[in-house]
Amino acid sequence: MSGILVIAEQRRGELRPMSLELLGAAAGLRRPEDQVAVAILSDAPDRFVGPLSLSGVDEVVTVKVAPPEFDPDTFEAAIGALIASRAPDMVLVAHSVDSFGFAAALAARLGLGFATDVFKVERIDGELVATRGGYGQKVSVEVDFPGRATVLLAMRGNVYKPPDQAGSPRVTAFDAPPQQSRATGREFIELSAGDDVDMTAAEFILTIGRGIGEEAKVEQFRELADAVGATLGCSRPIADAGWLPKSRQVGQSGKTASACKLYIAMGVSGAIQHLAGMKHVATIVAVNTDAGASIFSIAKYGIVGDIFEIADELRKLF
Amino acid sequence: MKILVAVKQVAALDEDFEIRADGRDVDADFLVRDLNEWDDFSLEEAVKIKEAGADAVEVVVVSVGPETVDESLRKCLAKGADRAIRVWDADIEGSDSIAIARVLAAAARREAPDMLFAGVQSSDQSFASTGIAVAAFLGWPHAAVVSSLELAPGGKSAVFRRELEGGLLHAVEIQCPAVLTIQLGINTPRYASLRSIKQAAAKPIELLSLADVALSGADVGEAGSLSRVRRMYVPDKGRAQLIGGDAASQAARLAEIIREFKGTAA
Repeated sequence: MSGILVIAEQRRGELRPMSLELLGAAAGLRRPEDQVAVAILSDAPDRFVGPLSLSGVDEVVTVKVAPPEFDPDTFEAAIGALIASRAPDMVLVAHSVDSFGFAAALAARLGLGFATDVFKVERIDGELVATRGGYGQKVSVEVDFPGRATVLLAMRGNVYKPPDQAGSPRVTAFDAPPQQSRATGREFIELSAGDDVDMTAAEFILTIGRGIGEEAKVEQFRELADAVGATLGCSRPIADAGWLPKSRQVGQSGKTASACKLYIAMGVSGAIQHLAGMKHVATIVAVNTDAGASIFSIAKYGIVGDIFEIADELRKLF
Repeated sequence: MKILVAVKQVAALDEDFEIRADGRDVDADFLVRDLNEWDDFSLEEAVKIKEAGADAVEVVVVSVGPETVDESLRKCLAKGADRAIRVWDADIEGSDSIAIARVLAAAARREAPDMLFAGVQSSDQSFASTGIAVAAFLGWPHAAVVSSLELAPGGKSAVFRRELEGGLLHAVEIQCPAVLTIQLGINTPRYASLRSIKQAAAKPIELLSLADVALSGADVGEAGSLSRVRRMYVPDKGRAQLIGGDAASQAARLAEIIREFKGTAA
């Protein structure tokens, strides 16, 4: 097959939403002669056929594997066999925690062209060119893949829209070679709520980041959040330092702030996972002393200034 | 037991910087170098295992890069690493993360550690791929984004948690030796004491060439890479509308935005 192979992701019986974004990306990248196939690896892959049957998909490939959840050895062997049998030009995976665990190994073993956290793909003079961020997202970097017949791209989330119409792809079962895994997945653990806050339901979040400097300042912002009617959240370094419970962390690895509509980020520089986890919010206001902070790239409004001064002034108004 | 910790000296950009004449990287004069933030945590994890173990555990750090990297390696020595290795050769210039991983794996073969740690990603290029590619070249079991770890020195397996998206963790048991990429927050990295910094300054850093790790120029650089930088550029600035004025007027505008939101929400 010359064409595009998409690797969908599932966890605990649910298709990961990013899988559908990958289908959207594939639909935009296909040339007339290309076939788009999406593979799903699971102990019971058939249940995902329906949700993956969307417009622009020519084929859903079910790959039955022994472990019910992501496992590096299993995925590398099965996807490696699939690539060998289909010889696609392009393989798309999500730039996700699961793909962190296998994509680089697969690319290294098979000698695939490879780039991660890709947010733009184009063909320039027939050659595939992928764009990603560099130096803490301050620059954009175009990479190409000279001489590579197959290119594996780990795609950034929240960039491509899922196809919005149903399709009727053919369904094929792919027999993956049996693979003994050297790891055993056990239980999942939900991040325990350190307090009773539910960040996933909060519509208005005020977040503090490293810029607050010291733990003693947390209280001031807790009080401010209460006064303006916001839920207090934090970026990763604040939770890691134990200044606020992990349940208050927002961003990609923290709780998904899916209901958030107004987000005020104070002293948050905007690490890439933070940006990825929050860029869906309609109104983001970033307050930071550093005009070059990455957070300003996703903000609707920016205030370059001292977060303590702004906090004091804001407090007076509520 | 020996734990090898792969570390990277990352580069941040000066406030004002220029792209190199060939358009493929930032001019090196505008780079500010430091040890990758993630590597502080993977080193600390190894040192913690060393300190907790009854059996002797040796912690060795390895990095690929030119002489400037020694400064970061000395930082690691000051924070508890027993030895430091730097691999460099002019041919390595222009390598992508996979070619760097090939060099790290070759250095690991020479050291024959019982476990290898790396950071989940680097703060500058954020590939999130080097550690796992090292595992592929070694043929070792591997896992990414480890946020807690139980590893008894000499144990045949380790139990850890992967930090998934959305506040979910996944417990996994893995056979050793293995490569684990370590996530921020797994521990609290120590500060180096003045005394240990002084001691580290006097410790040797072992310098290896490509030949020392049984590789050749064809294994690294563009030939050994899976991607090639074509162009680097400054993207159009984000769409943030700046709120100007003094702090009082900035706060007043922010209050307005909050009230507008509350008005529509109510």
